[in-house]
Formats: sequence, C-alpha cells, structure tokens
Amino acid sequence: MDFVTLAEVAGNISVLGYGIAALGPAIGLGIMFGKALESTARQPEASGKLNVIMYIGLAIIEVLALLGFVAFMMAR
Amino acid sequence: MNILVSAASSLAPSGYASLSSKILADNGPELPSLNDFLPPEIIFAGTPFAINRIMLVRMVATVVILLVLGITAARAKVIPGRWQGAVEWVLGFVRDNIVYQILGELRGKKYVPMITTMFMTILVFNLCGVIPGANIAATATIAMPLVFALWTLVQYWAAGISAHGLGGFLKEELFPAGVPWPVYILLTPIQLLEIILIRPFSLTLRLFANMLSGHLLVAITLAMSNYYLIELQSTAMKAVGAVWFLGGFALTGFEIFVAALQAFIFCILSCVYINQSLGEE
Repeated sequence: MDFVTLAEVAGNISVLGYGIAALGPAIGLGIMFGKALESTARQPEASGKLNVIMYIGLAIIEVLALLGFVAFMMAR
Repeated sequence: MNILVSAASSLAPSGYASLSSKILADNGPELPSLNDFLPPEIIFAGTPFAINRIMLVRMVATVVILLVLGITAARAKVIPGRWQGAVEWVLGFVRDNIVYQILGELRGKKYVPMITTMFMTILVFNLCGVIPGANIAATATIAMPLVFALWTLVQYWAAGISAHGLGGFLKEELFPAGVPWPVYILLTPIQLLEIILIRPFSLTLRLFANMLSGHLLVAITLAMSNYYLIELQSTAMKAVGAVWFLGGFALTGFEIFVAALQAFIFCILSCVYINQSLGEE
C-alpha cells in the first residue's frame, strides 16, 4: 500500500456533508436541553410545562438534522 | 477466504480494528440499503391496488390495533383489570398530557379522538420496526406520514377558519399584530409558506426520516454481527461480532424509545398548530 492509495478517499463525499449538517442542530440541541435543565432546577414545579416546550423545540431543531440526512440519501 | 482467516488468527488483538475494516472492504456482508423500502409487489402486481410488504405490515398493524382496542372496550369493567388499566393509561396520557396540556380542556375536547387515533396508529406503526417478522416501520415510507400531516393541515385550517373566518385567519397568520409594516414584506411570504408547505412537510419529514434512519442503523448492526459471528468463520473476529451484536441490542432499545417519542412529538406539534390557528383566548 503506497501513499497515493492511503490518501485516496473511497465512497461518497456526501457523508462528510451529512456530518457537517448534523453539527449545527447538535449544538442547538445541547443549548436547548441545557437551558431546559437549568430552568427545571430553578423552578421544579414548572417542569411539566417546560417539558412540552422542550419537546416542541426538539422537534423543530431535529428536522434540520433530518434535512441533511434526507439530502444525503437523495444525493446517492 | 482461507488466507484471510489464517491472517486473522495470527494477528494480535491490537490490529483488530484495521483488520476488521480490511476484511470488510474485501468481501463485505450484505448491508441494508434504500431498496429495503421499495420491496417487490406481492399481490395484485401491476394494478393500482398493488400491495407490497410494507403495506401488508400496515394492514396487519391496523387490524391488531382495532382488535386490541375493540376487545378491551367491549370487555371494559368498572374496576379495570391490569390490561384495561394499561390501555386506559395510554389513552389518558394522550388526553391529559398532550391535548389538554396544550389546547386546554374546553377547546381540546373536540380534538381528543383525532389525536388519540394519530398517536395509537403512529406508535404501533413505528413499533413494527422492531417487532420480529415485520421488521420494518410501517411509517418508514413517505406516504403514511404524509397522510397524517395532511390531516393535521386540514384540521388547523378548519380550526382557524371556524374560529376567525377565512379572512380573519389569514390576517392573523400572515400579518401578525405588533410588527412595523415594512417587516410584512419579508414576513408575509414566509408565514404563507409556513402554513401551507413547511408545517406539513416538516411533520412528514421528521417521522419518515427518523424511522428510515432507525431501520438502517438496526439493520446495519445486525447484518454486521451476523457477518462476523456466523458467516466469517474466524474465531479471532468473534469479539468484533459480539460488539456489533451488543450495539444491535442497544439500538433496538433506542428504536423503541424513538418510536414512542416520534408519536408523541407528532401529536404535540399537531396540537400546537391547531392551538395557533385558534388563537389566544
């Protein structure tokens, strides 16, 4: 195995694209869950309401990551 | 094949990762692909009523839901047994934690049957992905989520029109109050796109892509463990196979969680959209 074949990328470059597409939503989800945890710790009696809002946020952020996944599937 | 096996048994454990990927590149297992979601037609082929495996799964799942709920309802007692208690817990959860939590008891009462139907159907259809024998989520092709999303679309348009009239509904959605007028140039097209296209599209895409990726993940781990443990007759690679097998178990558990979560989110978002159309009270 020489250096040229070592450096050769096999497969589809859209895999990389999906990795990048998952990055933004991942950061968003992290911030959202962190904030939800923080507010629940501050006000435990509001946790029911906060949970519902959190799931709505989760759904809206998640669809961005899934857009990347679908685009990756379509590009094949 | 024989050369590979002898090479595998002669190597130290440190070379596992690179060796296993090398073996994989040379003669890989049969990995799942998108073709799993386009199975051949099994009955009435060539006609508009052609039925494939996924549709069959849907029909069986529908019959199972109807039978289970129907029999439970027919045998309902004042003092619920264990099974009736469980079914009632699910129905109560949908009513109290999804519909009433968002719409409120007064306005939500009308939408309890719709949301309950959606929740039960999506949940059972999603769970088909981990039930042996079905092995594919019935919501994993785009048609089924699209039907539910269009149902939500019709419902929130109807709710808005019945609450404010067509003009009032459009005015409330397209020209939200408290915004300086030049912003409307930007905001109105976005809002229009949102209520016509983005909402049903994102509902569809979320459910569909989640189920599709979940199926691919589980199928890949199990195909890999099958390949390393059984097809590739090498004792050295058994450990790699065991790791894949464990991963398959973990992902199956995760899929059950995702199936419930997606049904929950779909219903929550439907309620949120309807609530937005109804407006503040």
